Amino acid sequence: MTLFGRLTWDAIPFNQPIPLITSLVVLAAVAAIVIWITMKGWWPYLWNEYITSTDHKRIGIMYITLALVMLVRGFADAIMMRAQQAMAIGQSQGYLPPEHYDQIFSAHGTIMIFFVAMPFVIGFMNFVVPLQLGVRDVAFPTMNNASFWLTASGALLVNLSLFLGEFARTGWLAFPPLSEKAFSPGVGVDYYLVALQISGVGTVLTAVNFVTTILKTRAPGMSYLRMPVFCWTALASNLLILAAFPVLTVSLALLMLDRYLGFHFFTNDGGGNSMLYMNLIWVWGHPEVYILVLPAFGIYSEVAATFSGKPLFGYRSMVFATLAICIISFCVWLHHFFTMGAGADVNAVFGIASMIIGVPTGVKIYNWLFTMYGGRVRFTVPMYYLIGFMLTFVIGGLTGVLLAIPPVDFIVHNSLFLVAHFHQVIIGGVVFALMAGYTYWFPKAFGFTLDERLGKAVFWCWFIGFHLAFMPLYVLGFWGATRRMQHIPDPTWAPWLDVAFVGAAIIGLGIVLTVVQLLYSIKTRDQRRDVSGDPWDGRTLEWLTLSPPPHYNFAVLPDVHGEEAYWTRKQTAIKEEQLIPEPNYQPIEMPVNTPTGIIVAFFASLCGFAIIWYIWWLAIVGLIGAFAIFVWYAWRDEHEHIIPVEEVIANARERRRIRMEHLHTVSQST
Amino acid sequence: MTAGIEAPMVGLTHGASEDTGLGQRGPESKSIVVPYGFWLFVLSDMVLFSALFATYATLVHANDGGPTTSQLFHRDLVAVETIALLLSSFVCGLAMITAKRANMIWTQGWLVLTGLLGLVFLSIELYEFASMVAEGAPPQRSAFLSAFFTLVGCHGLHITCGLLWLGTMMAQIWAKGFQQHILRRLLCFSVFWHALDIIWVAIFTIVYLIGTLS
Repeated sequence: MTLFGRLTWDAIPFNQPIPLITSLVVLAAVAAIVIWITMKGWWPYLWNEYITSTDHKRIGIMYITLALVMLVRGFADAIMMRAQQAMAIGQSQGYLPPEHYDQIFSAHGTIMIFFVAMPFVIGFMNFVVPLQLGVRDVAFPTMNNASFWLTASGALLVNLSLFLGEFARTGWLAFPPLSEKAFSPGVGVDYYLVALQISGVGTVLTAVNFVTTILKTRAPGMSYLRMPVFCWTALASNLLILAAFPVLTVSLALLMLDRYLGFHFFTNDGGGNSMLYMNLIWVWGHPEVYILVLPAFGIYSEVAATFSGKPLFGYRSMVFATLAICIISFCVWLHHFFTMGAGADVNAVFGIASMIIGVPTGVKIYNWLFTMYGGRVRFTVPMYYLIGFMLTFVIGGLTGVLLAIPPVDFIVHNSLFLVAHFHQVIIGGVVFALMAGYTYWFPKAFGFTLDERLGKAVFWCWFIGFHLAFMPLYVLGFWGATRRMQHIPDPTWAPWLDVAFVGAAIIGLGIVLTVVQLLYSIKTRDQRRDVSGDPWDGRTLEWLTLSPPPHYNFAVLPDVHGEEAYWTRKQTAIKEEQLIPEPNYQPIEMPVNTPTGIIVAFFASLCGFAIIWYIWWLAIVGLIGAFAIFVWYAWRDEHEHIIPVEEVIANARERRRIRMEHLHTVSQST
Repeated sequence: MTAGIEAPMVGLTHGASEDTGLGQRGPESKSIVVPYGFWLFVLSDMVLFSALFATYATLVHANDGGPTTSQLFHRDLVAVETIALLLSSFVCGLAMITAKRANMIWTQGWLVLTGLLGLVFLSIELYEFASMVAEGAPPQRSAFLSAFFTLVGCHGLHITCGLLWLGTMMAQIWAKGFQQHILRRLLCFSVFWHALDIIWVAIFTIVYLIGTLS
């Protein structure tokens, strides 16, 4: 046993130009950012206002920043795969050797699900849910900060695999027996397992936090059936996390025991059963799809009501459909491996259950359509995404119903048809919603809107790019093209793969334009200030407070009457041409900042890194460090700090002055 | 508690503690929110164990020609183990009662006893594991033994974490007295400790009782 386990100089990819150069570029970029922040003297600000912040809005912004950065990484993997498949046809072998190509498709899936979609969705829940519920923060603010840093720790380890060692070559779910020690002896699978275990802990803690927040801390009068639909979908999503993520933890832990200690859960010998892994991982994996897409549905619901100028059509049926999906999503996991051979009866049950899930989803689509029907629709960027989503998602849903028929599945299973299907529902369903939400809530977070013209350009890039990139894959899938091919034997497939590459490039342009849009909007922010706090004529409580909201969100918790808390209140104010009488302001108690989260994540990363490389002494140091910070944190005496009533009053009066001005403009224009 | 309107709340949670539970009167008090969150965590822990139980049930006969359940398990040993753990839970309940009365000596005494009984349980479990390994039945022997050691070992690991937590709690009570937030944590600890009992009852039945029937 050596001091650094199996970590040697060979871990650095000196002889592989692509990862080496990428690593150097990323390192240079990180170094440049660190130097820039240091030169500007921004560290104290970042440390106090973001890194150690327990403010749900700041934590939400950090989650979304992480997601956007990882989106670039995940997209880089995607465009490399598309380029390889467009090049490596017939005689040509392309530019990526198989062992590298296999790492890229594994990293792409892992990153896009765990470190783009998840933090993006959780970021929105963080930012929006407490505001919509009319409260000041989540139930456990410190734990919230720790959840974020644990997720970031997982992302760090995945990115580290680019510089040191390798990533898994097993696909994004690391199926055994391929992922067993006998067939994947390197550190790749261990990076995968450890990174997901650490970020998984963060995700479960997030779920505990949000279920408690939504069920136990809401503004007075905010009964269940007055909650905005986004809060309902966030509740459903977090209930799913609570019930599904522990199973992921178990599946990955059992695989780790196989790999590290020679156990026989999924091995070919010793009585192991690799199909057990498939079952366990998909008991998590299928609900995971709904963990992502339910909040996306929530975003669409908010967007549809706001920009149609109407209450959401069929609010109660929307809630019912959300909870129905929440439950049925646990009864369909076997459709991921109809070919296992469970028999016709079992396959039929799961096939029918999978089709039934289309029913509540259909209810939702009709609700959004009827919300728009007869409304005064404003064609803003979020609305573009909503309409683009409905067109795209319905087709994706239909190909899903096709796949839910076991005999069809036997034919197109594991083909590019499947790849096209799930990208259609995840890009068309989740990513479009995330982009819509990003545009919709950006002014609330930063006090100015994003540029509309560039936003629409980004939408068209995603919309056209997506269809060009994935429609050809349906065709290829029908022709028998399996997924994850490093080399294409049939030259007649070339035109379709070229189109798919062009589509991916257009999506890439969309991502570049997103950055341009952000920079341009920051530059011209003085012309696009949101002074009223309500730039879209919104209907839910987040538009009641200023943009950006004060740390405590609301000077006094709003009293909720009726289904659309803020809309009702706003209409009354407009009609009576006055605000509600000034309430009796009180000092506010808010949780203090704490570095606990980042220190815990530091020790978790240390411990995780050590486990990956068999550096056992360092793993013990990491565990002891984590326990020590736990005890240290438990010993604290200061839990909250008081915001003096003068500050609360000053802020509240300023908001009332702005609101009165706004009220005058509104009543003059009508 | 009178039904009158409370003074406007400060902070994240409501001042009033006796609420309907539906949150319609505003955010709940910390004494409701904190244990509620902890219950949810325990729930997710139960899901974790249910996946391990499912794994065990799938692999229990996959012994690869190695030892089987009835050759390995000793009911007597497990009975002593079970009694120690259930007593520990009972004593933990006594500690909660004395903590409510802010009686330092008795609370610490009962908590020490809770921990000692937990240690007895853990020692017997480790002895059982060691003797199985010595008999040529380590977890690497077969899928059945992998599943057995993982399920029972995971419970043991929870007990170990619980004992560490217990030590921290005792130190906190000793140094800081019976403060509100420390009592809340003690309540969470006792929820955790009782939940581990429930898991153990399932292990006792599914693993040991059914395993020694034939």
